[in-house]
Order: sequence, then C-alpha cells, then structure tokens
Amino acid sequence: MDPQIIIARRVAKELKNGNLVNLGIGIPTLVANYVPSDLKVFFQSENGLIGTGPIPEQGMAHPTLTDAGGRPISALPGASTFDSAMSFGLIRGGHVDITVLGGLQVDAHGLLANWMIPGKMVPGMGGAMDLVTGAKRVIVAMQHAAKGKSKIVAKCTLPLTSARPVNLVVTDMAVIGFPDGKATLLETAPGISVGEVMAVTEAELDVPDTVPEMRI
Amino acid sequence: MKAVSVEEAVAMIPAGASIMVGGFMGVGTPERLVDEVVRQQKTGLSLICNDAAIPGKGVGKLFDAALVSRLTATHIGLNPKAQQQMLANQINVDLVPQGTFVERIRAGGCGLGGVLTPTGVGTLVAEGKRQIEVDGKPFLLETALRAQFALVHAFLADYLGNLAYALTSRNFNPIMAMAADTVIVTAENIVPVGVIAPDHVVTPAPLVDYLITNG
Repeated sequence: MDPQIIIARRVAKELKNGNLVNLGIGIPTLVANYVPSDLKVFFQSENGLIGTGPIPEQGMAHPTLTDAGGRPISALPGASTFDSAMSFGLIRGGHVDITVLGGLQVDAHGLLANWMIPGKMVPGMGGAMDLVTGAKRVIVAMQHAAKGKSKIVAKCTLPLTSARPVNLVVTDMAVIGFPDGKATLLETAPGISVGEVMAVTEAELDVPDTVPEMRI
Repeated sequence: MKAVSVEEAVAMIPAGASIMVGGFMGVGTPERLVDEVVRQQKTGLSLICNDAAIPGKGVGKLFDAALVSRLTATHIGLNPKAQQQMLANQINVDLVPQGTFVERIRAGGCGLGGVLTPTGVGTLVAEGKRQIEVDGKPFLLETALRAQFALVHAFLADYLGNLAYALTSRNFNPIMAMAADTVIVTAENIVPVGVIAPDHVVTPAPLVDYLITNG
C-alpha cells in the first residue's frame, strides 16, 4: 500500500463522531477520504468554513467557495461560514477537537517543527502555529524518514511551530505517542518490525513489552 | 458613504500609503481596486494582507508590478515573485501567525492596544515581544494593526453601504473594514436598501466611506 495511504487510513481511525477537525495540506488532506460514512465529522477550512465537502464536479465550482489553498471545494448540508477572527477563535480557543498537520521534524518530547527551513524555505506559518497551540489534539501525519534521514529527532534543529507538544505522530512505519512527555512506540505499520522502526528513528523511543500492529 | 468611480477612489491613495486588502489566496479580494492601483502605479505601498496570492491574481498583481515595499502577511509561499522580492530585500516582510494577524487587525478596529495570545510563545515569533503571564500561563503581547486605507470586497452592498459577504470570500474583509482611516468597497451586487435584512448585514453602513459604482 502507498505509504501516504497507510498514514491517512490510520489517522482516520482517530476521528470520533461529532468531532470538529482541521486538516492541513499534503498527507493530512487525504484523511477525509477514509472517514467511515456512518461517522459524522465536521471539517473546518480555516479560510472560514465548517462542513467542507469534496471537490465539486466539473462545472459546479464557485469562485467564493474555496479551501485554504484557494482551490474550489463544496459545502455539505449543515455547513456554516464565518470570518477569519471567528475561524481562528475556534482554533485558538480549543473548539477544534483534532488538527492533523504535516511535519518536518518531531522531537523526543513531541515538539514539532513544520513551517520553515532557514535560508531555504520561508513561506510563512499561515495557521500552523495557532492550530498546534490551540487545538484539543494535535496529530502529525508524515513520512517516518526523508531521504533516509529520520524525521523523529532527539531535538528539533528547525524552528519550532509551538512550545506545546503534539499528541500523536502517525508515519508510514509507526504510531508514536508521548505519555509522560516521552516518545513511545505505540504501534508498528503492517509488515514492519520494532527493530526496523528503531533503526530509522533518531530519537530515543520507549518500547512497551508488546507493540501491536496498526489496524487500517 | 459616497459612491465613486474606481479611478476617483484610487486617486485618493498616495504613493507609499499603508493599505489593508481583504481576501484569502485572492478569494474575496477587490480585483477592480487592485487593477486600478496597478494602472495608477501607486509605488512604495505598505501592504497588509493575509497572503501574497499568486502572480496575476488578487494582490499578486501588486508584486507583479513591484509596487510593494513593506508586507505584513501570514503566508507568501505560493507566490514565487513575492518570495524573490523578499529574498532580494526589495520588500521588508513581517510574517505573522494567521490567528495573531486577524486579532491584531481586530484590535486596531476595536480601539484596543493589542491582544494577548499563546500562539508563538517559545518560538521565533516571540523574539523582541513582551511576554505576560496571566493566571500562570504565558502570552505574547501582540500590538494592534491599522492602515490608512482598507480595500474591501463584498457580495452585496445596499445604497447606504450596508455589506453582506458570500461563503469563503468573507475572510478578512469585515475585520479590515473596521481598522482603516478610509474604507473603500467593491461589491458583486449593489442592491436597494432593505434587500439585506438587518440580521444579515455584516458590515454596517457607517463603516463604509466609498462604494465603487458597478457597470
């Protein structure tokens, strides 16, 4: 299975009935495709919409109904729209149950860097800092390693997104949580051994006696 | 409120002015006003806008024409021209978290000196800012943001200047309509007074200084 789809399917399992959820760009966007149809989840787009629906059919797009990247989306029955102060009041005020974001690095204490590579990539943080600071649960959805280098690091070398640690990291190899503030291996991906995860993880991981396989 | 042509409205904006422009990735941006700012070549602008849009769209056109000298925004990663101008030091860029950006403008429009936000504590954003503890929790003091002009786009405007917005084109528009000395508005539709029910007016008429005539 495609590594991105493994990640998206596993993250989708975290969503509960009635949750207000904000998905970042990249792998997090794919999560919406794997939400069971009997689950009622509200997706927020931070440009001012709760109740985002799929990309509209050809010819049905409207120039004032867009996602945070400016691309056309649809709105589901029961959707609501609001200004940016309300949108970020929802985010910073703890009204968003789960945010799923991409990551560049997550460290052994769960701190995330995902907005800037000094000298190389300085796009601006957009809504990322508010989301990580304010959402009830923060889930990072990312590849375990990039170009053979672990993205789960001992300490972030890139600028932090927030001083608040994330709750869960889901990669193509593992699920990692931070009980008592320490990176802990909670699950391995199908067909991946604990040893294989440890071999490509820079951060020190706590490993419980039994580590179940991800159910996707 | 006074109804004026787009040429007259933009003629009031001097070179080097500070302007807030509504819109999110060009959605909800008053395109006719931006086009006229480019046509009248208003240089050295201090621009306050969520993002730099993309070349050829929304405020992206201001970067195409190299009219911006200072930018306060939350994300410019999708406009390579704005990126180039920032890296070449042609534009002085202040990148702000989006929730902080909108609250600073809201504060500016509501007579507040600033806001206390937890966003940015312990990051590069905190550099040079006052950190204040409230009930044991750290917050950053983020100061209010205002401009000389706000360029706003609405879906409906009535003859008095009451405004209503459509879907995701609302974004920063009603917040910015509170936070500038002079507020200039374009609307998709100009309608008789009463068409927008009182409960559906988002920006009340007294906030609007100039409405650009349609057609």
